[in-house]
Amino acid sequence: MNKFELKNFWFYHSVIFGLLILSCQTHQQLQIEIEFWTMGAEGQHIEKLLPEFKKSHPQIDVKVQSIPWSAAHEKLLTAFAGQSTPDVCQLGNTWIPEFQVVDALLPLDTLINKSSVISSNKYFKGIWDTNIIGEKTYGVPWYVDTRVLFYRTDILDLAGFSQPPTTWDEWFEISKKIRLLSTAEQPKYGVFFSTIHDDWAVPVILIRQNNGILLKDNNCYAAFDHPATIEALEYYLSFFSKDLAVKKMTEVSNLYQAFADGVFSMLITGPWNVNEFKKRVPHINGKWSTAVLPYKKNYTSTAGGSSLIIFNNSKQPEAAWKLIEFLSKDSTQMKFFQLTRDLPAVKAAWELAKINNDTLMTAFYQQLENVEPTPKIAEWEQVAVKIQEHLERAIYKELPIETIVQRLNQDIDKILEKRRWLLSKDLISN
Amino acid sequence: MKLNQKMRKIFIAIAFHLLIALLSGITLLPFIWMLSTSVMPTGEASTFPPTLVPKKFTLDQYRFLFDRINLGRHFLNSLILAISVTGVSLLINSLAGYGFAKFSFKGKRPLFIFLLSSMIIPAQVTMLPVFLILNKMGLLNTYFGIILPGMASIFAIFLINQYLKGIPDSLLEAAKIDGASHFTIYWRIILPLAKPVLVTLALFTFMGTWNDFLWPLIVMTKEEMYTLPVALANLFGEHAQDVELMMAGSVITILPIMIVFMFLQKYYIQGILLGGVKE
Amino acid sequence: MKTKLFTPYFFIAPALLTLLIFFFLPVSEAFLMSLTDFDIYSLSSLKRARFIFLNNYLQLINDPIFWKALFNTCYFVLVGGPLTILMSLFTAIALNSKLLRFKKFFRLAFFMPVVTSLVAVAVVWRYLYHPRFGVINYFLSFLGIDSIDWLGDPKWAMPALIILAVWKNFGYHMMIFLAGLQTIPDYLYEAARIDGAGWWRQLTNITIPQLAPTTFFVTIMTIIGYFQFFAEPYIMTQGGPLNSTLSIVLYLYQHGFRWWRMGYASSIAFILFFIVCFLAMLQMLVRKKLEQS
Repeated sequence: MNKFELKNFWFYHSVIFGLLILSCQTHQQLQIEIEFWTMGAEGQHIEKLLPEFKKSHPQIDVKVQSIPWSAAHEKLLTAFAGQSTPDVCQLGNTWIPEFQVVDALLPLDTLINKSSVISSNKYFKGIWDTNIIGEKTYGVPWYVDTRVLFYRTDILDLAGFSQPPTTWDEWFEISKKIRLLSTAEQPKYGVFFSTIHDDWAVPVILIRQNNGILLKDNNCYAAFDHPATIEALEYYLSFFSKDLAVKKMTEVSNLYQAFADGVFSMLITGPWNVNEFKKRVPHINGKWSTAVLPYKKNYTSTAGGSSLIIFNNSKQPEAAWKLIEFLSKDSTQMKFFQLTRDLPAVKAAWELAKINNDTLMTAFYQQLENVEPTPKIAEWEQVAVKIQEHLERAIYKELPIETIVQRLNQDIDKILEKRRWLLSKDLISN
Repeated sequence: MKLNQKMRKIFIAIAFHLLIALLSGITLLPFIWMLSTSVMPTGEASTFPPTLVPKKFTLDQYRFLFDRINLGRHFLNSLILAISVTGVSLLINSLAGYGFAKFSFKGKRPLFIFLLSSMIIPAQVTMLPVFLILNKMGLLNTYFGIILPGMASIFAIFLINQYLKGIPDSLLEAAKIDGASHFTIYWRIILPLAKPVLVTLALFTFMGTWNDFLWPLIVMTKEEMYTLPVALANLFGEHAQDVELMMAGSVITILPIMIVFMFLQKYYIQGILLGGVKE
Repeated sequence: MKTKLFTPYFFIAPALLTLLIFFFLPVSEAFLMSLTDFDIYSLSSLKRARFIFLNNYLQLINDPIFWKALFNTCYFVLVGGPLTILMSLFTAIALNSKLLRFKKFFRLAFFMPVVTSLVAVAVVWRYLYHPRFGVINYFLSFLGIDSIDWLGDPKWAMPALIILAVWKNFGYHMMIFLAGLQTIPDYLYEAARIDGAGWWRQLTNITIPQLAPTTFFVTIMTIIGYFQFFAEPYIMTQGGPLNSTLSIVLYLYQHGFRWWRMGYASSIAFILFFIVCFLAMLQMLVRKKLEQS
């Protein structure tokens, strides 16, 4: 090849290459790609729903990525810091305030108002509420969960009760009776309140059922010295001090096995465990059931689950919204339930999938009508972990309630100091 | 009397071997358990008493793994990263090690001491700032996001420096008299001589990069860029109660590195055993 | 031959530049952060951060969980460190012994844990430690020891992680000790044998003193490494139960990446830095004293 030929060679190739680039670009203008992050197992299932979306929206390519739950929080915040957030994302609904406060989330109100698919009245009220901060809505519920009472019908029968407890007093009474069924080789406790893995749900539920409060003054100060709060905490701790709740976690190394063995007969947990129990300890199928939580002044439970949100720096919010609308359609919600067993957020999907035909699930439906969001502040998870931490210590060391409450207030006030400062300087709005 | 003494010696030798065999057995036990559990059907591992030999042999767990995740892609990511970090870091660290070991220059001692003492700083401190720098450079989700921060290692520089100090200066002087440039000396004399310590470091860097979890998890936000441990951790999150499946995942993560090690251990051990060169 | 002024810098520049960009600048940035209350709020606007000088450090001193984490870390270093070093020294001496056969196999076996990923082996260890189905409890039951909830009991969680760490790490130091043992000249042992010294006398009079520089190196590395104890509790226990396995670096990580309180997290990092610096210097002093006497 002489010099001239070589020149020609490069010339032609660069022309062809340039054309290729151009054609790619025009192609890209037509085709939109949106990124969708999900957590845990949902990612794999969602892939099965997407072909249908692709059919109705051929110009939108959805790239799904699933993130392990254990590292999800870190990863989302780092992605936000690095401005590499996706367009659409699944977000645990207790995380919404945190991402809202850093202006990461796109308010969805105008989109919702225009939408023919999504409107708040199709959802459980308490769950929808978790997405509202200040006056604006930042997420659309995707699937929901809440805690109800799981109980062993056969053991309650043995103890002389044909019905699950409906009030706090009854609950305590039944636990006492069940304790009496213990044998030397098999201790039997009334309840199991998980105190591991930051499980703060039960004490928070009890406080609110007693109309107690957690935080006061626009969520700026802790209020654990509120009489109703103290009463609820005392009730919670009495299960341990009266030896009615499993105290040594050793005895419940495997939750499912322990429930099957009758180590405890009542448990407050979420819908994910219905199938786990069915699958892992099939020999007790029919010997256990679910019920709404026992009543004190009300019977509210936690408003859990995940929402779909759009990140503020998404370049295709319209396309992202189309995906959210698709995932919120009654039929998609039904299919999603059938794939994942995650409870649909849209009530109509419960009808379509005939979820309530399963008697174990009706309690969840009833309970979901009675849920309340946790305080919507960015610090909530820190606060919740502190509650759990102090109560865990109180259970082990049997501290007086006054000490616990005082320490809780002290620690949580410290966590909220930044919030108070920001509010006083008008650096955050709510 | 003499026979008695011989008997005693043999007895001691046997006891000694038994002890070491027991110790190595304990060390290997987790691996054996991992392997055997990974070929059990779901649920068999959760029985009492624990069984080591599977009642029913099955490759279901592995099949499930290969069906569910793009193992080939993640394997390739891990391999590309481990190889490039190893290659680049060896070059850069050996250059620096040579610089510190064989030259005297202004500020060398304080600089070296400063470097050494900064080894104490936990790497987690730098995670957020480094993340932000990489983001500004547009290197998230690229192999460079892992290669660049891993290019230089104070520990490696220190080790190479220590090793090179053991090489007599007279060797280098002779080359200099023959008119060799500093770079030629580095390339032709230092690198070959430092081979043992370099192989050692290479193996360690390779393994460290291969096994690293937290950093790739944060830098690689796109699934197709996940390394093997990240991809498997992702899977573990979804199947935490499925012991057998998780064991199969672990076997797959560990196996490649074991094989690499088995092949290279000859060089590696040579390297580390030669570590203390006599002058 | 004269060396040009810039030549050495040419060799060290690539490494120093990389360290500067990816280590020293980030570290100084982190130090500045430790003097502020940089947190999740500040992520979107720096106006939401305050310069608070040493307040983070003061708060840290009054933080009982920090002290708990410090205690746990010291527990890990003081128990796990010597155990690791003893174990690696013992196996190294055994592997170096002329008595032993199948050396290659044993060496490989002892080194295996070092090369594996902790994420992967954590799975099997969590299972070995299982209170009901775990092999460890099964073996202990033969000795008449009741089932121990290794990872669930605040008393046992740390020992469980120490066992895991010793298992995972001793092979590495064993190799370094082996390298050290090879440098001990044979004539020392020959002379001792002529003097009629038994293996114990040879061990205490020759091997151990001759290994002193290696031991010093290994000790320093172990202390530095073990003070940064993180991956084991991060993967196995997340710091629980009852914060019994919460280490300083894990606490740092929790504040930094879970709560995104980077200011506070950075101050933890620098406290850790000062502690380890202090220990390293202390050890150097001790060594100098010993060498003088």
